[in-house]
Amino acid sequence: MRRSILLAGAIALLPVLALAGDPGRDAILSDYAAQARRLDPAFTGLSAQRGETLFRTKWNGGDPRTPSCTACHTADPRQPGQNAKTGRPIDPVAVSVNPRRFTDKAEVEKQFGRDCKSVLGRDCTPAEKGDYISFMAGQ
Amino acid sequence: MRPGLLCAALLLLASPALADDERVRPVTDPVVRKECGACHMAFQPAFLPARSWDRLMAGLSDHFGEEASLPADKTEIIRAYLTANAGDKGGQGEARKFMRWVAPQGMPLRITENPAFLRKHRFPDAVWKDPKVVTRSNCPACHGRADQGLYE
Ligand code: HEC
Ligand code: HEC
Ligand code: HEC
Repeated sequence: MRRSILLAGAIALLPVLALAGDPGRDAILSDYAAQARRLDPAFTGLSAQRGETLFRTKWNGGDPRTPSCTACHTADPRQPGQNAKTGRPIDPVAVSVNPRRFTDKAEVEKQFGRDCKSVLGRDCTPAEKGDYISFMAGQ
Repeated sequence: MRPGLLCAALLLLASPALADDERVRPVTDPVVRKECGACHMAFQPAFLPARSWDRLMAGLSDHFGEEASLPADKTEIIRAYLTANAGDKGGQGEARKFMRWVAPQGMPLRITENPAFLRKHRFPDAVWKDPKVVTRSNCPACHGRADQGLYE
């Protein structure tokens, strides 16, 4: 009896555990969401779908060698990438392949600064950054 | 025939010592390895004189068109390491040949424009257009152990 209750509890918990993120990544996500809300009171939440659009869109205004994020991270974020300017290999950016992705705030901010400038020719907004990580967290 | 064989044997015997002599001291500082190895291999400081590294570290916000700025504390750690191990502070191995081409006041920013580099890298266009290579500064694409300072 007790056993089966425990078992039921464990089974009920399973999907939650599988979905639970890393505390560092969760903190980064809620920080971006809070910043986005401050900038735009109508902001309703981060969106993995918008993140995917950001990832795949061919922008104008950045470095012509890197029209989109996929130029270095490839169209499949689970695959290793290659820096289009230097040829250096890049580890996959999908969280399922690389659970340590997007867990260090300073690293994430530094890289958004460089990569958004290279691809979009401007900084990404907090909402765009949160969307992007939401997309990668589900990949 | 015999002397030829002997020569080959001698060469084989001598090669470990030779390799050691040609080795460029690899980058050991963890901050340099991480920050200067993020976009390309962390190049060995022996390939450029100290004044070149000073100039490069002063211009990270426009680094060959890249925004490569770092916090001031990290910038200083890296600058100190690169200048202390620069080619004009007793360059080692293969990198010695590079220093011979640098004018006394010269401050080159590229290793790949040094004549010592150019004369060893006269390859057909097809080699440089290989998608694994991308650019001349991608040393590890052709030198598997470049990161360890070995350019065989
Ligand atoms: C010029 C090549 C290049 C392009 C284009 C590029 N990236 Fe990156 N990206 C890198 C490199 C190099 C790293 C750091 C190496 C690593 O983390 O493995 C990285 C890492 C990141 C990280 C940090 C990951 C982490 O683990 O914290 C983020 C965030 C990121 N990129 C976002 C983007 C976004 C958004 C775009 C498109 C707007 C983009 N990148 C396009 C090269 C690129
Ligand atoms: C944001 C990416 C990025 C970072 C970070 C970065 N570099 Fe670079 N670096 C580049 C690019 C792009 C080039 C040009 C590559 C080319 O044209 O082949 C380059 C070129 C160089 C070259 C000249 C290579 C040649 O052609 O001989 C040197 C030397 C160099 N970097 C040193 C450094 C040092 C030292 C650091 C750390 C403080 C650093 N880089 C950090 C992107 C970066
Ligand atoms: C496209 C491939 C390729 C790239 C990229 C490349 N090299 Fe080389 N390199 C070679 C080949 C092949 C040789 C041998 C040429 C010869 O023996 O004449 C060589 C020779 C050398 C030598 C002389 C070695 C000796 O024993 O004489 C040095 C030093 C060297 N490379 C350094 C570098 C550095 C530093 C970089 C990056 C900044 C680099 N190479 C990038 C292919 C490459």
